[in-house]
Amino acid sequence: MQIGLTHYLSVAAILFTLGVLGIILNRKNIIIILMSVELILLSVNINLVTFSTFLGDLTGQVFSLFILTVAAAEAAIGLAILVTYYRNRGSIAVEDINMMKG
Amino acid sequence: MYTAIVFLPLLGFLIVGSLGRSLGPRQSEIVTTGLLVVSAVLSWIAFIHVGLGTAPASTPVLGEWINSGGLKIDWALRIDTLTVVMLVVVTSVSCLVHVYSIGYMHEDPSRSRFFAYLSLFTFAMLMLVTADNLVQMFFGWEGVGLASYLLIGFWYEKPSACAAAIKAFVVNRVGDFGFALGIFLVFALTGSVAFDTIFAAAPGLANKPIHIFGLNADAMTITCLLLFMGAMGKSAQFLLHTWLPDAMEGPTPVSALIHAATMVTAGVFMVARLSPLFEQAPAALTFVTIVGATTAFFAATVGLVQNDIKRVIAYSTCSQLGYMFVALGVGGYSLGIFHLFTHAFFKALLFLGAGSVIHAMHHEQDMRKMGGLRKDIPFTFWMMTIGTLALTGFPLTAGYFSKDAIIEAAYASGLHSGAGVYALLLLTIAAGFTSFYSWRLVFMTFYGERHVAHDEHGHANDDHSHGHDHAPHESPTVMLIPLGLLACGALFAGLAFASSFIGHGADEFWKKSIYSGPDNHILHAMHEIPHAVGFVPFIMMTGGFLLALYVYVLAPGTAKRIADSNPLLYKFLLNKWYFDELYDLIFVRPAFWLGRLFWKGGDGRIIDGLGPDGISARVIDVTNRVVRLQTGYVYHYAFAMLIGVAALISWYLVGGVR
Repeated sequence: MQIGLTHYLSVAAILFTLGVLGIILNRKNIIIILMSVELILLSVNINLVTFSTFLGDLTGQVFSLFILTVAAAEAAIGLAILVTYYRNRGSIAVEDINMMKG
Repeated sequence: MYTAIVFLPLLGFLIVGSLGRSLGPRQSEIVTTGLLVVSAVLSWIAFIHVGLGTAPASTPVLGEWINSGGLKIDWALRIDTLTVVMLVVVTSVSCLVHVYSIGYMHEDPSRSRFFAYLSLFTFAMLMLVTADNLVQMFFGWEGVGLASYLLIGFWYEKPSACAAAIKAFVVNRVGDFGFALGIFLVFALTGSVAFDTIFAAAPGLANKPIHIFGLNADAMTITCLLLFMGAMGKSAQFLLHTWLPDAMEGPTPVSALIHAATMVTAGVFMVARLSPLFEQAPAALTFVTIVGATTAFFAATVGLVQNDIKRVIAYSTCSQLGYMFVALGVGGYSLGIFHLFTHAFFKALLFLGAGSVIHAMHHEQDMRKMGGLRKDIPFTFWMMTIGTLALTGFPLTAGYFSKDAIIEAAYASGLHSGAGVYALLLLTIAAGFTSFYSWRLVFMTFYGERHVAHDEHGHANDDHSHGHDHAPHESPTVMLIPLGLLACGALFAGLAFASSFIGHGADEFWKKSIYSGPDNHILHAMHEIPHAVGFVPFIMMTGGFLLALYVYVLAPGTAKRIADSNPLLYKFLLNKWYFDELYDLIFVRPAFWLGRLFWKGGDGRIIDGLGPDGISARVIDVTNRVVRLQTGYVYHYAFAMLIGVAALISWYLVGGVR
């Protein structure tokens, strides 16, 4: 079976959907939200790389490398915030984080 | 001079009322009392000039009050014999009460307020008696009502005093409602409220029908009945009497001034002042007679069994007011005023004497706890005895001339009218009762054994220096002087003035200030009755005295046996014929029920419910639902964003396709 553009895009779409669902349906842990965000970024990367390959344009792959860098930085900052938050509040359960409630 | 008489008390009120706190109580007493003394002296001068002398009646106009269309009302002082008699009564008693209060109230921290109220009352009463038109009279009428309210509720920290003040005010409003309607009717009939105009118009209005509520009624009868309704309220006549005994919650000098000598007699004064109207309404006069006689009898029966020293005197006042109205009702207007005049002296004396007893007993008012005070407070005892003699009509005292004359007038009237017979019977019986309860008061208070438990204790210590031993003590001189002066009045007022008020000198004395119809010969008729009738009141008085002597002094305990053998009658009398309970059932509770219906149902549920409260409740409901959207969970917001993005995209895509 020839693995074509459709398959790559499908995988990316599935990953994206999983990421979004992970954010919305997640009831437990903020870390899972961070992981879901990574998942969404990865699916975007897959899209970029795929289109870059099929179009023969390297810009997309370069862009994806940038995204990986930014994602790593973002993950580091996110985890750092999480640690501080845990120190302050004693919990990182999603249910306990509703201070934005009016 | 007349202006000064009326406005000096107002001046006193304004000074002490506004500056009383900074002046201090002593200065307040001096200011108000001093002004009142001046006013009283001037009143006596006016009395001698206008009443006994030949100074003409005058009506100095002070200014214009209301001028609207056909309605023209002036501030004016109507000075004639009737007015000067009232001026003398009001200012003399008021002045003595001011002096007396200096002693009686000396422990009260808010004395200056008390004296300000007393002066305000005096001013309002003087406005009432000098009124030249019905509206000015109404002004004074309401002014005394206000002052009475303030003074009954003077000790406002006592709930019973507040309740009594409100009761007095409300019951008086019932009467004033009739009075106001009467004034409207007078204006509708004559187009004026000034006395001169309506008196001139009165004969023409006799037997004139008026169309009210589909009925043809006699205009003058309706008018006079309505005006008399005001008098019934103010003078505590039968059916509207319930406030007077409760008014005894006020300080005793107030009871003496307002609820014995002056304000409650305003009704009598009003009927006498409006005699030209009442003379045209014989039916109304009959009603006055019947109400007066009923009150005299009713109040006397209740007075027989009361135990509170002030309440006994209050019912006595009520009863004596009934006598006055009978006198007016049978046509003897000057007779009613004469009894008012003498009554003011001896009733104020009795009240101030009772105040002295209460003072001696350290504010104990229950007569059952008194007894044997004769030796401790001899001066008060003698004053009270004089007051009682005058009240019961002992020969040559004040009451003998006025009260017996009323009974004689009732007899003379009874020769040709049923109401007169009714009045004669009830008044004669009431005279016996009056004698009984008055002597009962004296015997229970001053004779018999001590009922105060800690009495011997106080004597055993023989320590009068620290001032708070509970032995009864005589009042200070400042309280005894007014008693002495009033006692002189109670003894000699009748003897001195009988001939000018109701005797042969009456016509020269009154000088047309009281109108009697051409057929009204009551003052002559009452002198021509059989001599035997003249003795009846004396016999009743002696009988009452002897009975009281037997029951309370010679055979103590008889009273209890009589009460026990007639428990129903005793309860009936002790509870004042159950009028309070009856009114509570008929008026007070339905009024509360109606008030609550409108308050909770009408205002609370309907107006507030549909209005402000309803709208705010709906707003809160809506916002509560909106608030619930905002959970604070990040993933909810993310979901909302996602939905939004999805919706935007699908809209864009669908739109793009189309």
